[in-house]
Amino acid sequence: MESHTVFLGAAASEHRALIISLFAVFVAATLGITVWAGRQTKDATDFYAGGRSFTGFQNGLAISGDYMSAASFLGIAGAIALVGYDGFLYSIGFLVAWLVALLLVAEPLRNSGRFTMADVLAFRLRQRPVRTAAGTSTIVVSIFYLLAQMVGAGALVSLLLGVTGDGPKRLIVALVGIVMVLYVTIGGMKGTTWVQIIKAVMLILGTLLITILVLNKFNWNISSLLGAAAEKSGHGSKFLEPGMKYGIDSTSKINFISLGLALVLGTAGLPHILVRFYTVPTAKAARKSVNWAIGIIGCFYLMTIALGFGAAALVGAANITAVDKSGNTAAPQLAEAVGGGAGSTWGAILLAVISAVAFATILAVVAGLTLASSASFAHDLWANVIRKGETSEKNEVMVAKIAAVVIGAVAIVLGMYATKLNAAALVALAFAVAASANLPTILYSLYWKGFKTQGAVWSIYGGLSSAVLLVVFSPVVSGAPDSLFSGSDFHWFPLTNPGIVSIPLGFVLGWLGTVLSGEQPDAEKYKELEVRALTGAGAH
Amino acid sequence: MDSARPSAVPDSPTPTPSAASYSEVQASAEFAQLRSTNRAFVFPVTVGFLIWYLLYVLLSSYADGFMGTKVVGHINVAFVLGLAQFATTFLIAWLYSRYATAKLDPGAQALKAQLENTVPAPAPAPTTAPTTEEEGV
Repeated sequence: MESHTVFLGAAASEHRALIISLFAVFVAATLGITVWAGRQTKDATDFYAGGRSFTGFQNGLAISGDYMSAASFLGIAGAIALVGYDGFLYSIGFLVAWLVALLLVAEPLRNSGRFTMADVLAFRLRQRPVRTAAGTSTIVVSIFYLLAQMVGAGALVSLLLGVTGDGPKRLIVALVGIVMVLYVTIGGMKGTTWVQIIKAVMLILGTLLITILVLNKFNWNISSLLGAAAEKSGHGSKFLEPGMKYGIDSTSKINFISLGLALVLGTAGLPHILVRFYTVPTAKAARKSVNWAIGIIGCFYLMTIALGFGAAALVGAANITAVDKSGNTAAPQLAEAVGGGAGSTWGAILLAVISAVAFATILAVVAGLTLASSASFAHDLWANVIRKGETSEKNEVMVAKIAAVVIGAVAIVLGMYATKLNAAALVALAFAVAASANLPTILYSLYWKGFKTQGAVWSIYGGLSSAVLLVVFSPVVSGAPDSLFSGSDFHWFPLTNPGIVSIPLGFVLGWLGTVLSGEQPDAEKYKELEVRALTGAGAH
Repeated sequence: MDSARPSAVPDSPTPTPSAASYSEVQASAEFAQLRSTNRAFVFPVTVGFLIWYLLYVLLSSYADGFMGTKVVGHINVAFVLGLAQFATTFLIAWLYSRYATAKLDPGAQALKAQLENTVPAPAPAPTTAPTTEEEGV
């Protein structure tokens, strides 16, 4: 514990300047690129889809940048450091999930949509109800995801500035929010994509550096790294087996399955990931970008083994939870430890570098989320539902920019109050909502000829509301020591992830709404969708 | 009716095919071939990897004794299976991109060209093998 106090003191006083200047360089460079991209952004296709001018490799990097969020970097490392092997499920689920996107969604979506997820869902169904539903769920999923990023930002601030007071923390969260709004409103998709690419490269290099340093400490022997982590954890070999967190009783075992389902089915329903497929010219390029993303993200998640178990072995759970109860600061603390420990120059430099990388990660992901949700607001809700298509593209983009400012403000406020939760667990909630509300309708729209508007509307609203309500009445929000409102208890749903209930419900409601609907499906439009989805004929 | 067509928007870069030609192509043997070639890979592989992933999740929940069995040093069955999930994900992504390039892209290209009235018959300008439809079998 003494070492922890020293460590905080050192970080707070001596090396804050280094962290801030590294981060300032990143912000200045990316804002420069944003302004450059903004000058090239002339029409709606530029703003929403970066002019569809990116290559498969560039977009693969950008997808990785969007996907490897604070949840992956800070959350997974923390989860593994605290609960051992059970934390590794996140890495596996987050990766395998990409196969759903690759095989079933990426190419048909690219071929038949234009700017948003709802473009595909509303293709052959009635536009207004489906776009309203899809726009709503896009915004809800993005806000859950935003919350997770802001929790990560809050944890970093506590680590770097000491745990004193809310003032500096709120100031930094507000700054993150403002910079993010600038990226989105000035640079649009083109600027945001370049920010993602730069951030992805920084994150991979930073993680690689820490991984090499960790493995080097254990003579490149993974077995001895695991052994040291198990020993330091005090749980022995149990730390390396499934069940530390989720094997306690039958409820927690079901919880694990629920989480596993949400992780694997969520990715292909995440709006901010889906819109990335529109930034490339063809379906083949979309496929290539997913393949690159799988390679990059897969390597990154393999390195979470070194980050998580490294933090368990070299920092230790007690020192991590002393700074952040849910483990979100494990990775930067590990960076300091492998650099030579608290007070050493290299320790401070590595802490600064990794913290700056983590801030960049948060900033970029938050920008991607804000862009996707403001685009959906402007394109789906405003232009197609409120104005019924009677508006100019210029006005639509203007509305998107205003929406970005509003969503940015929401994110800032959330970030000021959200703490205490593990960023990976929070993102897993966003995955559960996406898998319940969006994935059923995406799959039915693309592959089920008889699918009808009522099915889409029931599935989206049913999946969305059941997932959100089950979270509200779960131990995540109340009734447990680590709940959002730990003081009160209104929970009745036992699981911390709603996926095992809400995902099947979303699928069943889509089917039920369809078979109970009297609507005549538009057979001609389905034929057009089928042909466009597979061939790309007439694609935008 | 509010079924405004998304394709009726101004910015299409290519001539948008008419609905009639879409349903013509949809009814053609070439398209049926393309669709079944696509689904012959995509559907069974999706079912396969989902079962394999769920098996892993279930084993982690209910077979902790087995998962905790040491293989080498501190590396146990749980780790080996976890890493195997990574390996199969990489493998499937690679196999699919090979399959799609060889068996799906040529047919899709030919139909797209036909619909957009750029070239009437098979593959357009660049490289690629001459045959298209027969490859699926």
